[in-house]
Amino acid sequence: MSPRAVASARPKARRLREPHALDAAAVACLVPSLLYVLVMFVYPFLYGIYSSLRPPQRAGLTLANYVAFFSDEWQYRTVWITFGIAVPNTVIVVGVALLLAYGMRRGIRFERAITTILVLPIALGVILLAEGILGFYGGRGWFNQMLLAAGIINEPLTLTHNYIGVLLSLFMQQFPFCFLMLLGYISGIDPGLENSARTLGAGPFTVFYRVMLPLMAPGIAIAFALVFVMSFGVFPSAILLGQPAGATRTIAIAAYQQAFERYDMSYASAIAVVMGLFQLAGLVVIILLRRRMVTAATMGVGKR
Amino acid sequence: MSQLRSLRFRITKRFGAKTVLRDFALEVRGRQFVTFLGPSGCGKSTALNIIAGLIPATDGEIWVDGQRIDQQPPEKRGFGMVFQNYALFPHLTVFGNVAFGLTLQRRPAAEIRERVRAMLELVQLPGFEQRYPGQLSGGQQQRVAIARALVLHPRLLLLDEPLSNLDAKLRLEMRAEIKRIHARLGLTCIYVTHDQAEALSLSDWVVVLKDGALMQAGAPAEIHDRPTNVFVADFTGFRNFFPVQVTTVDADGRVDATANGLRIRGRSHHPLGAGAKAVAAIRPDDVQLVPPRAGANTFTGKIEIVEYLGRENEAAVTLEAGPRVWVRTPARLAPGDTVAAVFPEERVIFLPPTPPGDSA
Repeated sequence: MSPRAVASARPKARRLREPHALDAAAVACLVPSLLYVLVMFVYPFLYGIYSSLRPPQRAGLTLANYVAFFSDEWQYRTVWITFGIAVPNTVIVVGVALLLAYGMRRGIRFERAITTILVLPIALGVILLAEGILGFYGGRGWFNQMLLAAGIINEPLTLTHNYIGVLLSLFMQQFPFCFLMLLGYISGIDPGLENSARTLGAGPFTVFYRVMLPLMAPGIAIAFALVFVMSFGVFPSAILLGQPAGATRTIAIAAYQQAFERYDMSYASAIAVVMGLFQLAGLVVIILLRRRMVTAATMGVGKR
Repeated sequence: MSQLRSLRFRITKRFGAKTVLRDFALEVRGRQFVTFLGPSGCGKSTALNIIAGLIPATDGEIWVDGQRIDQQPPEKRGFGMVFQNYALFPHLTVFGNVAFGLTLQRRPAAEIRERVRAMLELVQLPGFEQRYPGQLSGGQQQRVAIARALVLHPRLLLLDEPLSNLDAKLRLEMRAEIKRIHARLGLTCIYVTHDQAEALSLSDWVVVLKDGALMQAGAPAEIHDRPTNVFVADFTGFRNFFPVQVTTVDADGRVDATANGLRIRGRSHHPLGAGAKAVAAIRPDDVQLVPPRAGANTFTGKIEIVEYLGRENEAAVTLEAGPRVWVRTPARLAPGDTVAAVFPEERVIFLPPTPPGDSA
């Protein structure tokens, strides 16, 4: 075989048809879902933006609601409070899930039982979970009683109705999703790659950093994005297990209060839009970090 | 290149209750090309992975040049390995893949570039540095995998069915390529395959395995011409087997035996006594078809099936005495013809009735 001849071969054309030719039947099939997206998502979304720019007491379009939000410390500090919950929570959830999923990538004993236990919280719902956490980690809960009985602490720890309570609750809700997603992603990577890296002189850590991490990067990035967006919208946990009037008054609570306690839908919409923008910013940062991660791990050997 | 002088091992591997390798022992000397040959599930790949350090042995030892290595992790053994599915890193270019091990050794960039370039030249892929594995054909990917292992100058190269995923034509080409590289670099290789043609054409030494036990080890010609048991004979192309009872054996190893009214003469490379049970075997290529006639080792029968193979036909002949004989011949045949099958005496071998290990 002449390698040069192969080298000059062009990749095969994938498309057999004109790329812009529209198939009437295909379009007709798309109509219901398009309608659904338009009615259920695009319209409310645009209406929310419009409504945030039109407070009822003023005529015409105005940024007054946004100005009000960012000049009132009681309101704008919710952004930092929310970041303060969402970022550590995302890092912890993805970090723990990644370690566990990586350890389980080739299967372990009792895998099915372990996975079932881990996934159970999804089926229980937030409220039941919150009640359970209140009972278990509360001042008179089993957790504190065990520590007291064991003589590890003298005073019960305050683990609920504060920042830690919210983190506990978020972790338990989001960890199963994140773990299952990463486990699926990681166990899909060819184990032969790990073996070949080992025979080329890479120890377990080098295999993780140089081979597995770049290949897992897309999955990790998706996990980060999903967990971050979910925790940025934290609402029930922040109310049930946190201090909704103070330390865990997240941006979602601020929006809720505007809408259903003060009945100012326009202001509430503005808060929701701000929340959306910060979530979007978070996603952009995650995508940038992902690129960074891959380049660092391959250290340029891929791009010479 | 650091040369290996000898690799000795004795390994047993059990997965739960299943014994995959039963006290499999061998010595490989420097520059040898040794092949583990056997059907799937015979333990040949497991043995290779244990030598590489990717799977722990249940019991046994591996020694390289007087040093015991079975407790060493794979990255410390200094062996190269080529996998059936190539196992190239999809996120790295060809350069990145071949340079992987050298980068881990923190070699100077100029040296890495030069060694990668030279190695890609050796596997006939010059100028492919910037491609990604996904842009290469199967044969090219396997060349990169070979280059990636060889660039580190391994003292032993392990190849795990490297040609199985390639099409027939490319397989022949890559077979010649591996042979050329082995000779050129004076490598020591252990090669795993289920393809007897690959094993015979590449190796200095062939080791036939079945159910985790060594069936026969020897030079390719010996394995081909003098299989010591029915399993090895079957695996190396004998297709006609007749359970027989030995009537006489003379001093030169000439055997006379009977089976279902057939009287078969041939040779045995093993001690057989008169009255012993044995199996007579002959390859389809060695059977001659002639017009019906009487004679020694000549059996009349009717042609039943004819398979056209291009240059030759393979035909099944049902003998009047009952057994069916497979024949390979360039002659034109038609089902229903009556012919005589002649077994040239020097082509008939007599084997023990059961393979080693099947002593039940």
